Amino acid sequence: MCGMSPSTLAEKVWERHVVHRVDGEPDLLYVDLHLVHEVTSPQAFDGLRIAGRAVRRPDLTLATMDHNVPTAPGPSDPISERQMEALRRNCEAFGITLFPTGHAGQGIVHVIGPQMGLTQPGLVIVCGDSHTSTHGAFGALAFGIGTSEVEHVLATQTLPQRRPGTMAVTVEGDLPAGVSAKDVILGIIARIGTGGGVGHILEYRGSAIRSLSMEGRMTVCNMSIEAGARAGMVAPDDTTFAYLEGRPHAPKGADWERALEEWRSLPTDEGAAFDREVLIDATELRPHVSWGTNPGQTVTIDDVVPEPNDEAAERALAYMALEPGTPIREIRPDTIFIGSCTNARIEDLREAARILEGRRVHAGLRAMVVPGSMLVKRQAEREGLDRVFTSAGFEWRDAGCSMCLGMNPDQLAPGERSASTSNRNFEGRQGKGGRTHLVSPAVAAATAVAGHFCAPEDL
Amino acid sequence: MRPFRVHTGRAVVLDRADVDTDQIVPAEHLKRIERTGFGPFLFAEWRKDPDFALNRPESQGATILLTGPNFGSGSSREHAVWALEDAGFRAIVAPSFADIFRTNCTKVGLLPMALPEATVRELMDAVRADPAVQLTVDLEERTVQGGGVRARFEIDDFTRHRLLEGLDDIDLTLRRADAIARYEATRQPWLPTV
Repeated sequence: MCGMSPSTLAEKVWERHVVHRVDGEPDLLYVDLHLVHEVTSPQAFDGLRIAGRAVRRPDLTLATMDHNVPTAPGPSDPISERQMEALRRNCEAFGITLFPTGHAGQGIVHVIGPQMGLTQPGLVIVCGDSHTSTHGAFGALAFGIGTSEVEHVLATQTLPQRRPGTMAVTVEGDLPAGVSAKDVILGIIARIGTGGGVGHILEYRGSAIRSLSMEGRMTVCNMSIEAGARAGMVAPDDTTFAYLEGRPHAPKGADWERALEEWRSLPTDEGAAFDREVLIDATELRPHVSWGTNPGQTVTIDDVVPEPNDEAAERALAYMALEPGTPIREIRPDTIFIGSCTNARIEDLREAARILEGRRVHAGLRAMVVPGSMLVKRQAEREGLDRVFTSAGFEWRDAGCSMCLGMNPDQLAPGERSASTSNRNFEGRQGKGGRTHLVSPAVAAATAVAGHFCAPEDL
Repeated sequence: MRPFRVHTGRAVVLDRADVDTDQIVPAEHLKRIERTGFGPFLFAEWRKDPDFALNRPESQGATILLTGPNFGSGSSREHAVWALEDAGFRAIVAPSFADIFRTNCTKVGLLPMALPEATVRELMDAVRADPAVQLTVDLEERTVQGGGVRARFEIDDFTRHRLLEGLDDIDLTLRRADAIARYEATRQPWLPTV
């Protein structure tokens, strides 16, 4: 099949991982890397125990604590502690490497894989977390799975999977100044909708995608799930290889050359057909801000809150306490959150710090930065970014998922409104009754200074 | 996994699109390390409204959920499926489902049935007209009927077989242990290990 006719990136990675194939059944796919965290794994380990099964490849499995971890000094709640303790116990019992709280390598699962060089082109990567799509930025096929599937991968290092369709999302042209990777993906989701990618693997293509750094590509791929897609991918290129070279788990010496040869064979062949195609004009993109309760309910910073066109939009407006016709720039948040697997890498922090340098957070606003990993935190401190943030009035926290999903004490109070660099604006996502507006790190930083939503150019 | 063949029960209408897993079971309730006991947290925030569909007297004891498109969007948390199952649900009818949620359902034995939007509407109307109406889901026949509506739903043969027999995926895969070992022997030596 592969090599006979032109293939897409996704098809090539898929075909290279088929362990077993029979008609009428899903393909059995091999998993190269399985990432594990404390929330979606305890029941999977219990399942192994009950069935008397071992973990087949502890050497292809890495665990970290991220969802629950406190990011400020002080006691963590006993229920979270119990879940983290379960992960500690399970990793010890099953021989899995764990980066617990306090470990220099600890961080958000989708930040640490790439920074260690474990995330590489052409791999199949899974994790019990929907934002596993992040790793697709390297040309890996990476997708989120449920706990039953986590148990399946632990026991067999494989997953039965039906091959999704392929969808090309081509973003062509130069991105205007001030438009970030976050605005690209919010713009795509606003266009195709939260169900627009269901049943498909997205391949982000075009000159605007090629021009993004690896971290920008991770931001784009990260939110593929917000368009309902099974996964999102970007073909590996020199940007990818330059990012990987020298990282702790990247191939070295002669292995590096062999790997490069393999990786260069991955990009979609000329003439390969996608099941669906979408074309986006990069030159028309602007900074985006979500107004509703799903990531598709998003407009540009220059827009107004739209008139509701269905019941869902009416519900969203009521929940968000917004009036149609209100300029986005007139909305005033209470809290600024810079963090999450979407936007808490070093480039995100540099971009926010660049805007905050010599400025102050608007009076009365709460603002926090939660780096994506402890390594990102240390690097930012070496660059002096922490001092920029704290001088501006931001809290400088330890790594974790934090206010992205409010499983730790970092939460919005009922009715509180945030400008957040995270990925989901669902009802209650950042705390019961909390109102989330999704933005880029640049918009979050500018908004922190102005006290209302704005672009850096407005300052 | 509990086998699913034929199920008859009452239905409840949750007429909303894009119901995400954060609504089905909010994150604060994901801290349990057990597989059971999530039922009380199903739609925890929405249930605070006494008029919420699942709170109405006529909805009590319903085992089939009729709902809008893109049900189960968002996170991969299987806890959402466990909560529905623990609250007594056996089947969900919607115009479409989010991918991970649908897979999670079929691993647990909760039947996701995608039907055309118009058919879902007909079923919703029938249940609204008479909340006591019994719907029968027949996985063998791939049909759902009741309240004057009869519809056929699509489900692939393999998933249907697994659900009918209540087969454990891991057992099925372990029968391919030789194929897995053969594949592993061909993996490039430079591939990363932790």
